Amino acid sequence: MHASTSHPEQRLRLERVTKRFGTHTAVDAVSLDLAGGEFFCLLGPSGCGKSTLLRMVAGFETPDSGAIRLGETDLTALPPHRRPVNMMFQSYALFPHMSVAANLAYGLKGLGLSRVQSAERVRALLRLVRLEGFEARRPEKLSGGQRQRVALARALAREPRLLLLDEPLGALDRALREETQGELRAIQRRLGTSFVVVTHDAEEAMALADRIGVMERGRLVQVGPARELYERPASRYVAGLLGDVNLIDGRLGRPEPGGIRSVETALGFLRASGEGEAGNPVVVAIRPERLVVSGEGAGLQGRLTEATFLGDRIRYRVEMANGSTLRASAALPAAGPVPSVGETVAVAVPADAARILPA
Amino acid sequence: MSLFARTALMLALAFLYAPIGVLIIYSFNASKLVTVWGGFSTQWYGVLFRDGPLIAAALVSLKVAALSATIAGVLGTCAALALDRHGRFWGRGAYTGLLYAPMVMPEVITGLSLLLLFVGIGLDRGISTLVIAHATFATGFVAVVVGARLKGLDRSLEEAAADLGAGPARVFFGITLPLIAPSVAAGFLLAFTLSLDDLVIASFVSGPGATTLPMRIYSQVRLGVNPEINAASTLLIAAVGLVVLAASWLTGRKGAAV
Amino acid sequence: MSGLSQQAPPTGDDRSSPVAPAHGGRRTSAERMEAGHRSASMQVKVSRGLVRGLPLVWLALFFLVPFAVTLKISFSSPATAQPPYLPVLEWDGGLEGWREFFEALDFQNYQMIAADALYRDAALSSLGYAALATAILVLIGTPTAYAMARASARWQPILVALVIVPFWTSFLIRVYAWIAILKPEGLLNAALMKLGLIAAPLPILDSPFGVLIGLTYAYLPFMVLPLYAVMSRLDPALTEAAADLGAARARAFFTITLPLSLPGLAAGALLCFIPMVGEFIIPDLLGGSETLMLGRVLWSEFFSNRDWPLASAVAVLLLILVVGPVVLFREAELRREEAAEGGGR
Repeated sequence: MHASTSHPEQRLRLERVTKRFGTHTAVDAVSLDLAGGEFFCLLGPSGCGKSTLLRMVAGFETPDSGAIRLGETDLTALPPHRRPVNMMFQSYALFPHMSVAANLAYGLKGLGLSRVQSAERVRALLRLVRLEGFEARRPEKLSGGQRQRVALARALAREPRLLLLDEPLGALDRALREETQGELRAIQRRLGTSFVVVTHDAEEAMALADRIGVMERGRLVQVGPARELYERPASRYVAGLLGDVNLIDGRLGRPEPGGIRSVETALGFLRASGEGEAGNPVVVAIRPERLVVSGEGAGLQGRLTEATFLGDRIRYRVEMANGSTLRASAALPAAGPVPSVGETVAVAVPADAARILPA
Repeated sequence: MSLFARTALMLALAFLYAPIGVLIIYSFNASKLVTVWGGFSTQWYGVLFRDGPLIAAALVSLKVAALSATIAGVLGTCAALALDRHGRFWGRGAYTGLLYAPMVMPEVITGLSLLLLFVGIGLDRGISTLVIAHATFATGFVAVVVGARLKGLDRSLEEAAADLGAGPARVFFGITLPLIAPSVAAGFLLAFTLSLDDLVIASFVSGPGATTLPMRIYSQVRLGVNPEINAASTLLIAAVGLVVLAASWLTGRKGAAV
Repeated sequence: MSGLSQQAPPTGDDRSSPVAPAHGGRRTSAERMEAGHRSASMQVKVSRGLVRGLPLVWLALFFLVPFAVTLKISFSSPATAQPPYLPVLEWDGGLEGWREFFEALDFQNYQMIAADALYRDAALSSLGYAALATAILVLIGTPTAYAMARASARWQPILVALVIVPFWTSFLIRVYAWIAILKPEGLLNAALMKLGLIAAPLPILDSPFGVLIGLTYAYLPFMVLPLYAVMSRLDPALTEAAADLGAARARAFFTITLPLSLPGLAAGALLCFIPMVGEFIIPDLLGGSETLMLGRVLWSEFFSNRDWPLASAVAVLLLILVVGPVVLFREAELRREEAAEGGGR
């Protein structure tokens, strides 16, 4: 998955990069090491610093401290027009007074290409994004999806070592978004260029990226493949960001062999996996789809208050004895009988699915 | 900002303000000569305030400016509304032409032609002809200022009001007008200063007893540099500075006063 | 709905008499509503017409009609009378009066203008000064507006206010200020002589240079402000994208910023050029006897020679010179307003 040795010149290294705007620290000592040819996502809500970080790599902001290196090149002091890095802008920033072909060819000036070579490159780019025949069109005459593809093609024209994408799919509607996600992955794989995408949409990050970097208030809090972040989040923030999760506060029990420990919670003693010092306040995180809700049997007792049919699954809300609510979901068609609203149900918490996180 | 841009800006601002600075400084020069500094003195302001004809001319100018700016304010706002709201009405091209032409037309042409009209219809020249002339060329400027605001106005506010049962008049006076009021006021101020400043048109269409401040200043200035005029200029500049502050505060957006 | 109208309430306090037909003279509530709609839309139409028509009537009366009058007077002859021209149309003269009137008109004034090289020279010189000054203004106004547009958000309103203050300050006063600077005993010459750069004062005042300096100075805000209005609304992402694609600052400016700012540039240039052609104050105060401009010619014909018909003919000549650019200005201004709101997107 990580071809770290095959494209060493595409290896992006951020070394304790920091950026302050007045008293507000937008990016706080972020260090990152990306392999060449990797599809990486920076994930976080607005204001977490991901866009600022991206702009620093592109050259539109200068870090207050730290270094940015791409392969052997130190990017930190280079102006944007001299970096072997290209960016696809959130607003697409297509030049309105130029045709699609002129937009695509803009980056090719100064590369020493002949007229013929330039035109050929433009055609190849249009083929890549499936917009053959659109050379003479003006941006205002294109649909949102088409503009997005032109923006992507334009950013790839110079064959950059690293491509930065700022919320590339944000303006597209849902159906188009899923289709484009697939295309984006395919293009990246084909070209082997490193992609860094900035997004606030966790699902998108999981769909696109080899690895995801979660940012919180300027800091990079966890980096890893989607699965690792989803199943073994490092904090409640990361857990909550990647999907719905039940968070139950408690106190950690004594260490035991095998990695499974007891946690004393308001719902009783839960078994969960993870580390920590005995007696510490912790939170148990468990995804709704891992809770097993049944009409009767072992598990925490509660009352089913909602059962919503969502096509491929059913979503439950269970009110527990202490007043808190657990959210669960079960795939459809159901394995057994589906409990009805108002019934008393048992919620089983499998120990291997429950994670111990710092409080 | 690059060094080039910054130097260009500094030079342009220096160029713009150097003569103004000269005027202000020399209004406090006890000596009449420009090349001699006779010490700091406010004597010229004293002379200024005792200059009856000049003060009378200033009052005439203020009166004309207030009246013509009011008319231009109403007309310009109407024109801006028509252009923004009435879509592609018949004769729209000619309408905009008629609105914008007076803004650029050389003043000698508009001044002369208006005078010939007034003489032809037997209208006595004086305050009324001045007001008419100034309102005519200021209307276009007001229309541009108000039009810019109208373009950026969120229509959904008016639509919401209509949806809640307000008729067109209520929507206009209760919603639209308050929202464009700052721009209308800025347009008024622009028309006011344009009127205060006009020399050429006023020279043509004014009459006995209606000498405006620029006309009076011009008659002094033809004879050369005049320290009393420097004092008057300084006061005018200060007044304009205050007015611009007021207008900027009213419109609140960059470039919106243009 | 119609069923309601047929019901006359049986009680006595009903307005209609029990024997009157249910429809009678009263309207149904549906008809009332429709009539209400019609009168409301009638109201809207009338108020619309008023709003649109008010400026139209005013400008037609006080801008267009005067041109017609000027045209007529340009065909008249001067006279020592009040008003100082002949013929004067007697409105109650009947058809005879009209015929006499038209017979008294002639092309004399235009023949004078065509014959005397003064007018041709003044026209060419006016166009020349205006063109040159406008060109200079484009050269110095563009970097100024650009620098303003790139300034930080905190500084921009201040910079705009700094440019607007001279814009709104009396034209006359600003031109007058240069007299003190440019005259032989003025500041500039004094400074240059003190620095030892020149031996005798430079005759800048009362010369073409004085006029050029005056034109450039006085009209600078007219060039900068419309251009700035457009440049400041350009999407900054466009220049960033250009830089991202390898364009150094100069190339990004000439290929992206400038083309997209053209509407503002055109509007500003015409806003300067057209009034400059007929400029009076600057050549009068800063120019000498050799600086010939149409505005001055018109003024002296009117005020010094009291020759209203000839002055009118000069006005018509000036009008012909500027009518083309005025039409262009209207186009440019409309495009500039589009660009200033649209932001280049």
